[in-house]
Amino acid sequence: MNAEVATIKTAAETALAQAFSLARPRLPGDKAIAAQRDAAFAVFAKSGLPHRRVEEWKYTDLRALMRDAKPLASPPDAAAKAGAKKAGALVGDLEARRLVFVDGTFVAELSDTANLENGLTVRSLADALTGNDPALATHLGRLAPISDVAVALNTALMGDGAVIRIAACATIARPLHLIFVASAKPAASFMRSLVIVEPGARAMLIESHEGPSGADYQVNAALELFVGDGAHVDHVKIITEGAEALHVSTLAAAIGAKARFNAFTFTAGGAVVRNQLFLRFDGEDTVAGIGGATLIKGHQHADTTLVATHIARGCQSREMFKAVLDDEAHSVFQGRIIVRQGAQKTDAKMMTRALLLSERAEADNKPELEIFADDVQCGHGATAGALDGELKFYLMARGIPEAEAEALLIQAFLGEAIEGIEDAGLRESLMESVAAWLAARGQK
Amino acid sequence: MALLEIENLHVEIDGKEILKGLDLTVNAGEVHAVMGPNGSGKSTLAYVLAGKNEYEPTAGEVRFDGKNLFEMKPDERAAAGLFLAFQYPLEIPGVATMTFLRTALNAQRKKRGEEEFSTPEFLKKVRDAAARLGIGQEMLRRAVNVGFSGGEKKRNEVLQMALIEPRLAVLDETDSGLDIDALKIVADGVNRLRAPGRSFIVITHYQRLLDYIVPDVVHVLSKGRIVKTGGKELAHELEARGYAEYQEEVLA
Repeated sequence: MNAEVATIKTAAETALAQAFSLARPRLPGDKAIAAQRDAAFAVFAKSGLPHRRVEEWKYTDLRALMRDAKPLASPPDAAAKAGAKKAGALVGDLEARRLVFVDGTFVAELSDTANLENGLTVRSLADALTGNDPALATHLGRLAPISDVAVALNTALMGDGAVIRIAACATIARPLHLIFVASAKPAASFMRSLVIVEPGARAMLIESHEGPSGADYQVNAALELFVGDGAHVDHVKIITEGAEALHVSTLAAAIGAKARFNAFTFTAGGAVVRNQLFLRFDGEDTVAGIGGATLIKGHQHADTTLVATHIARGCQSREMFKAVLDDEAHSVFQGRIIVRQGAQKTDAKMMTRALLLSERAEADNKPELEIFADDVQCGHGATAGALDGELKFYLMARGIPEAEAEALLIQAFLGEAIEGIEDAGLRESLMESVAAWLAARGQK
Repeated sequence: MALLEIENLHVEIDGKEILKGLDLTVNAGEVHAVMGPNGSGKSTLAYVLAGKNEYEPTAGEVRFDGKNLFEMKPDERAAAGLFLAFQYPLEIPGVATMTFLRTALNAQRKKRGEEEFSTPEFLKKVRDAAARLGIGQEMLRRAVNVGFSGGEKKRNEVLQMALIEPRLAVLDETDSGLDIDALKIVADGVNRLRAPGRSFIVITHYQRLLDYIVPDVVHVLSKGRIVKTGGKELAHELEARGYAEYQEEVLA
């Protein structure tokens, strides 16, 4: 076991231990929550930050990448709040209900919690922790595994986030937009959210994570999502953190029977990004589409780690992840599909493709299948390569300049993944930001 | 006047010389057929004119409208009026045919300092040209050449040519893989574009296409050089007697 290897604590590990012991007495929550925090922190204290000899973090050596741990962010001042007014604009005009968090703290005056639709309840995690919301005892920590060190740290230090419940059969027309903004302070925030979608309900959830370049802030966000039987939930995460940011986030979901579930992650920002998805198919005959598009350049590092566990029979899941890398960027895709013994008739297909625009870029793809049932259809594919020179020549022979030809091909490449998003407006907004990324690339 | 002048052109691929001193002059408004056996360098000629990377000119000159062609990138050659109808048109998944046509057309116009087409103008042009080539709306809605049959791909090349209205069109074995009906549609599309200022180089292995696109001049290409030039009757001669004698001529 790696955890038993005695190692000297890094500066970041020492700082995290100090931050926890300092913050512990004033972190919100009752005794049960405090015990949960202690147990989670003990996991971290034992194992330290994950490094390349820990298989799940093989390509994202957090111990090496995280040189220090920033102090816990303090509540935002007026300037920080003012700076967050326009956050989340990338999604376009979806008439979404905005829930804004600045430096990890819920900001009511920037959020839209008036006239909630029937069946929708929203409160902040800090409020729920202080008020001993009963949902916490029944749901918090049930899906996000503290065996994962990022989740352990999140559980130990969680300060705020959203607690959302959608009643059975309610259709929430306006998308719920969780906007996590960092101000220009070199600080760390730990956000934890809980979303409970009861049977038959319909909702769309968007998470935006953003912040300014020039501030080396750190973000650790986790969201636990319960999707009831027959519910239809779309989850879209947009990571456009500032250029120096360290971002670790986790989506842990349990999906009931005959549900529809779509999850998509768009990653374009941050110095180091680790995006984790832990998905569990608990009920039969659910259909899921899981996807992602990553666009990175410079020295950016973006890791998508997915574990999809099929427990119930007859579920269909499609995974499609694409990455475009320029300069010396590094992308990682680790996708594991586990089919438990009882999950007969599972139909799971996973595809990951990386497009390297530079010879110095690196893409690591690690697809894995663990199948314990005998009547299933599972497959995976992985490719990594440069732009097709023949296609580029064909476009140029029609008068399209080189940069424009490349842009067309890159948009087509990512478009195949982005198409998986159900909302047409959001698809368009993301394609626009792909176009903007490509335009900026053309100008360098 | 000469639109295209090729003088003593030598071209290598991967260090192997394919064109070995090719001379060819095409005047404005003329249709030239280049015929020859497999491996004679026909497609190399097409690709080197269009500017494909791996095709490296090692000696000689090519002037297009008096300008050195080798100083122009493929997109610049296209904007200057050079068009290559590919022998094997490529499939481009994810790029809609209409987006492709519009991007190409407007990129060329922009480079020439002309105004871009408005959406209604563009749509009308495409619809009219497509209808004449028997290309349905459903095909236009697909990604470029994706799911197209061989014949449909060739028709799509001619559609692009009709929209772009080049000054010199190089047709690289546009007849390959076409049945007689498709061949007539394609030839018809080409003939409709014939104009006093517009030239064509029709590269083909068989005389059949030249029954429909009647050339002014016929060249025989063998082992990287033009070995014989004549009128349209030369094509019939070749059909009857084959290429054997020309291959020997060069050897002798």
